[in-house]
Amino acid sequence: MPTLYIDDKPHTVGDGLNLLEACLSLGFNVPYFCWHPALGSVGACRQCAVKSFQNEQDKRGRIVMACMTAASEGTRISLDDPEVKSFRAGVIEWLMTSHPHDCPVCDEGGECHLQDMTVMCGHNYRDYRFPKRTHRNQNLGPFINHEMNRCIQCYRCVRYYRDYAGGRDFDAQGSNSRVYFGRHQDGALESEFSGNLVEVCPTGVFTDKTQKSHYTRRWDLQTAPSICVHCGAGCNITPGERYGTLRRIRNRYNGEVNGYFLCDRGRYGYEFVNGGHRARVAMRRAEPGSLVPTAKPLALPRIGSLLAGGARCIGIGSPRASLESNYALRKLVGAENFFAGVTAAHQSLTELTVHLLERGPAQTPSMREMAQADAVLVLGEDLTNTAPRIALALRQSVLNAPMKAAASMGIPDWNDGALRVVLQDQKGPFFIAAPDATRLDDIATETFRAAPDDIARLGFSVAHLLDPKAPEVPGLDENTRQLADRIAKTLAAAERPLVVSGPSLGSASVLSAAAAVANALSTETRRAGLSLTAPECNTLGAGLLGGGTLEEAERALSEGGAELVIILENDLYRRADHVFVDKLLGAAKQVILIDHTLNRTASHADYFLPAATFAEGDGTLVNSEGRGQRCIQVFMPTGDVQESWRWLRDLGAAAGKWPQTEWENIDVIVADIAAAFPMLKGVRDAAPLASFRIAGFKIPRQSHRYSGRTAMRAKMDVSEPGIPTDPDSPLTFSMEGFAGPAPASLASFFWAPGWNSVQSINKFQEEIGGALMGGDPGVRLIAPELEPGRAEYPGAIPEAFAPRPGKWMVVPMYHIHGSDEMSMLSAAVAERAPAPHIALSPEDAQLLGLGEGEMAELNIDGEILVLQVAVHAALPKGVAGLPAGLPGMEPVEIPAWGAVARRVGS
Amino acid sequence: MSGILWHLANVAGILGVLLTLAGGLIMVERRLLALWQDRYGPNRVGPFGLLQVAADMIKIFTKEDWTPPFADKPVFIIAPCIIMATVLMSFAVIPFGPTVGVADLDIGLLFFLGMSSLGVYSVALAGWASNNKYALLGGLRATAQMLSYEVFMALSLMGVVMLAGSFNLRTIVNAQQHLWFCVPQFLGLVVFTVAGIAETHRVPFDLPEAESELVAGFHSEYSGMKFGMFFVGEYLGITLISALIVTLFFGGWYGPFLPPLLWFALKTAVLICGFVLLRASMPRLRYDQLMSFGWKIMLPTALLNLLITGAVVVARHAS
Amino acid sequence: MIRGMEGTKSLLRSMWMVFMHSFHKRETVLYPEEKPKLPARWRGRIVLTRDPDGQERCVACYLCSSACPVGCIALQATEDETGRRYPEFFRINFSRCIFCGMCEEACPTNSIQLTPDFEMSEYNRQDLVYEKEHLLINGVGKYHDYNFYRVAGLAIGGKGKGEAENESPPEDVKGLSL
Repeated sequence: MPTLYIDDKPHTVGDGLNLLEACLSLGFNVPYFCWHPALGSVGACRQCAVKSFQNEQDKRGRIVMACMTAASEGTRISLDDPEVKSFRAGVIEWLMTSHPHDCPVCDEGGECHLQDMTVMCGHNYRDYRFPKRTHRNQNLGPFINHEMNRCIQCYRCVRYYRDYAGGRDFDAQGSNSRVYFGRHQDGALESEFSGNLVEVCPTGVFTDKTQKSHYTRRWDLQTAPSICVHCGAGCNITPGERYGTLRRIRNRYNGEVNGYFLCDRGRYGYEFVNGGHRARVAMRRAEPGSLVPTAKPLALPRIGSLLAGGARCIGIGSPRASLESNYALRKLVGAENFFAGVTAAHQSLTELTVHLLERGPAQTPSMREMAQADAVLVLGEDLTNTAPRIALALRQSVLNAPMKAAASMGIPDWNDGALRVVLQDQKGPFFIAAPDATRLDDIATETFRAAPDDIARLGFSVAHLLDPKAPEVPGLDENTRQLADRIAKTLAAAERPLVVSGPSLGSASVLSAAAAVANALSTETRRAGLSLTAPECNTLGAGLLGGGTLEEAERALSEGGAELVIILENDLYRRADHVFVDKLLGAAKQVILIDHTLNRTASHADYFLPAATFAEGDGTLVNSEGRGQRCIQVFMPTGDVQESWRWLRDLGAAAGKWPQTEWENIDVIVADIAAAFPMLKGVRDAAPLASFRIAGFKIPRQSHRYSGRTAMRAKMDVSEPGIPTDPDSPLTFSMEGFAGPAPASLASFFWAPGWNSVQSINKFQEEIGGALMGGDPGVRLIAPELEPGRAEYPGAIPEAFAPRPGKWMVVPMYHIHGSDEMSMLSAAVAERAPAPHIALSPEDAQLLGLGEGEMAELNIDGEILVLQVAVHAALPKGVAGLPAGLPGMEPVEIPAWGAVARRVGS
Repeated sequence: MSGILWHLANVAGILGVLLTLAGGLIMVERRLLALWQDRYGPNRVGPFGLLQVAADMIKIFTKEDWTPPFADKPVFIIAPCIIMATVLMSFAVIPFGPTVGVADLDIGLLFFLGMSSLGVYSVALAGWASNNKYALLGGLRATAQMLSYEVFMALSLMGVVMLAGSFNLRTIVNAQQHLWFCVPQFLGLVVFTVAGIAETHRVPFDLPEAESELVAGFHSEYSGMKFGMFFVGEYLGITLISALIVTLFFGGWYGPFLPPLLWFALKTAVLICGFVLLRASMPRLRYDQLMSFGWKIMLPTALLNLLITGAVVVARHAS
Repeated sequence: MIRGMEGTKSLLRSMWMVFMHSFHKRETVLYPEEKPKLPARWRGRIVLTRDPDGQERCVACYLCSSACPVGCIALQATEDETGRRYPEFFRINFSRCIFCGMCEEACPTNSIQLTPDFEMSEYNRQDLVYEKEHLLINGVGKYHDYNFYRVAGLAIGGKGKGEAENESPPEDVKGLSL
């Protein structure tokens, strides 16, 4: 813990920091541009200059860049020295010479790091009278708006895009004052993490293009801490609302989960909240296929009398509904009538995932821990498309092993420029076994392309090599055995090995194999990480609640005498093929659907009750790490919209199952869940109670500059309504309340005086890049039961994959833009989604006489799909890939054997 | 018979004139204040704004007469009636002219003092019944202020009584036929005027209703006609004190050329204008200043006046 | 005693001074009969002006609304197909406005201006809610020459990159020139 002297006052700071990090951690305001806590220092912008003194007697000092100087014991610096202040003012004046004078029409305005730093340095008058250099902009696709004139050449974008996120289609171009950041030509940015440029760029060069169509300044947004619902990673987000519509999603820093970055699906998939697919009033079926609005006070007693009528009622939950909603449904219909809302195949995978994580001894790591792994094995997952943010975390992990060598050369880990020079292309061990090429292949030490069964066999053989107690894989071919040997040796040598897998291939043996490797790696001194992805935002939460399968639900309706079915936030037509779902819904006398979006299932509903989306209600989600996190309501919805658990509460009250006063707020239902499921009792601590106050104040959702409160509704009525009450959280729909920092799980926005941009997060971290003050939000619910060395190795080892003539093993292929139901309702995400297709290996395509783009017919158990052919060079022979969850494609139960043929007549 | 009729006419006439006057005074005060502040004041309703009084009256009569649910209802209603009643009763002993006046009491002055003491109940009860901290504070202030100033108000008048040899106001007026008591009783005049202002809670002694600290003091919670009664009561109080000063120190109805009643009215009017001028030119005192001024300066002055007057009277009798 | 005398003297003098105001000229302007002479920078009714080319000056930057201490300005930004930004709606609730002029001070394009017109009373409070069609005038107001888009580097219809004031033509980064 070195002691620094800043302007002659001693301060103790953490080890291994540079001066800039040290000063910011201590709360000093030091301007900077090119340094970013996740990207390290390169000393490019010269903005963080401070004066350094050799000793107490040294009065002259010299100017150094804070970000390039280590904070070592006894360092004496001055931040307020007149010379260094004028130096910083001069630097920003140079940076601003060609700035285009367009803050009023710039989307960054009001949360612009450049504005903040300009004010901080005191530069307020332009002395430069010569012509400004200008650039032409590029069309960078549906996500990012490009306005190159605003650039100050800090190089953060390129360093993030290329070095951090691994993008290749974006770089610095030109020389000296003409340096340009863009693609080689117009076109959508390929990286799945391009949206982070919006937050990485300290100026308005890269701004959110989806927000442009409904632009709102940051201070006018009503925000609340929330959780992304587009995959199981559980990234923390800050959605912003204005005039009743969701305007944008911004990253919300959580040191343990997503850190500074989000994926593009999470950032741009929000528009389903505003979309035309929403229904905001209760509806009932007038005639087949048509829903007409009905009054809530009419609909509730009718459904209530149906429920009270004595007929058996079943409930179908959903992995995309909150823990509270699933629990409320389970309580309403009874545990024996509650079904988890996915098919048996998926449910068994979820149950297996939960079981593997609960047993251990391998531990499920947070994303921060994943980024710190020094050897990684990915089994069967295309992470960039199934859990994108985890892929970005893993991309950082390959630097850890070579960085040890750099540290021995005396290069600190924050010195990014020097590190990159020393590391060159060195990468730590990273093995990927997947059926097709993945977006992480560029960092992989070795890749293994095989059918799911072969991937599982590779995993089991690695486990056996690591721990002879694990079963041996019979009949392994020599290449695979050698690869397994290399992987086993590398993993065994690592300090923090990590195995990542998931259910996306639909293979239980892949999951078991991954767990076997991780468990075999766990010893007394070292617990290996085992991260299993979850396909939906609350897959794990719903899995912990249990429940039957869709097949069982169908049997309950057709044979078990059930007449009513309540479906919770679930489009069954995405879960199973339409024949089965038609049968299921047809067997029910009354179908009650609680959802926020009018989907295909809604057209079969007798009653439709409008549920709140993540932005309109409160709920708890459990991510793939087993972390329970609270989603707090951002804004008051219109119409009858309310949380699903509130609808279920109302239905239960209407049916006389409990009093009207049941579950008056989320704390009561969470306490109920904790009492009913000891496993889930941690969720009580996911956020403070609704009665929490700071100095008697609630926490405002609106910034202190929130504008237009006496005019925004004046067109409807000049008399302003009161502030809506929020029974579920200590937040208020107002700009009034506690003005200081709120607990991390309740902070609706991060702002500090002089820090209006996303960089203000520096003021809310215990240490730069570390945990948020008071601890990162979220509660880990799962801790492994078994001690290291007592690993169990369940799961049968499958037979080696053998291609069948005329048949193909059809495996699901996930797409970051496309496979998720809700984000595909956003126009920008849909624009980036692939068209329905079938992926074949070149050999198979040749065998079938099919070329790229030609139409093929896929027959799986009589279900026939007509699809375009896409030739994937990496696919192994005998395996075909089918996009999962794309709209316009009937869901089929895969992996399964299917026949592919040229389409007759094409 | 005609005596009773004359008497009834007297009572009705005086009551009518007084009540009209109180309303009119509101108008006069607003116009005078405006004049001294280089404004116009209410000049829009009717000729010279004269109908403003009528407009105000209509307004105050038609306003919702609201009693706060948290108030002590009977007391809340009685309080404003007390002030109206006591002030009006006091007018009974004022000799407006040689033949005009309601009652010719031998203890006229004592009657006035008694009535003005009863007036304290009005503010005390109003402040209490409102069940509001500002009202209560205002009521407390008013009570303390009125009780304190009553002491030397009475003492200051004793000089006049000694000189006239009677408590009968008519006798006192007659005693001033040659020399107004303002000359021999100058100190008494000053003390009585100050006490009179304090009794009516006018600027600079309007602490009980100091709007900048107590909203409106004891009548914060009052509205409509109940507030109107306090308001009219205040203006009646001004008129009463002015009429008394005229009666006791400025020779009552005596004066050359003009009819006696007119003289009385003229003198009273000038004094009322003086009250308004005070309001236009004085800031409000601090409460502790008010109390120490009363007890430390006014009371000794009144006693001194009593002593000197007594000595002079005794000396004159002796000679 | 002396202090008391002095105090009394000062009281009497101030009473005298106040009384002498009876003979002063009155300051009140009898408004409906006699119109007041208002300076050009009087802060009255708010208008949205146009630039010298006749286009809307407002670029919907939200600075006026955030500067407004009573929050009586609400607007929504939108863009035309050339990227020129303007307010989709612009609303001022004059029943809340305190005519402080902060919006005018905040406006970076000289669009929102306060005028010397104050005669805008209504019997119905709802009528005091002004929309853009009520606010936008066909003139430049107090600032005759300023045109934000001529100065700013943003490309809009009729003005490409490098065509704003004091701008050099766009760079060709793939070219060889230094």
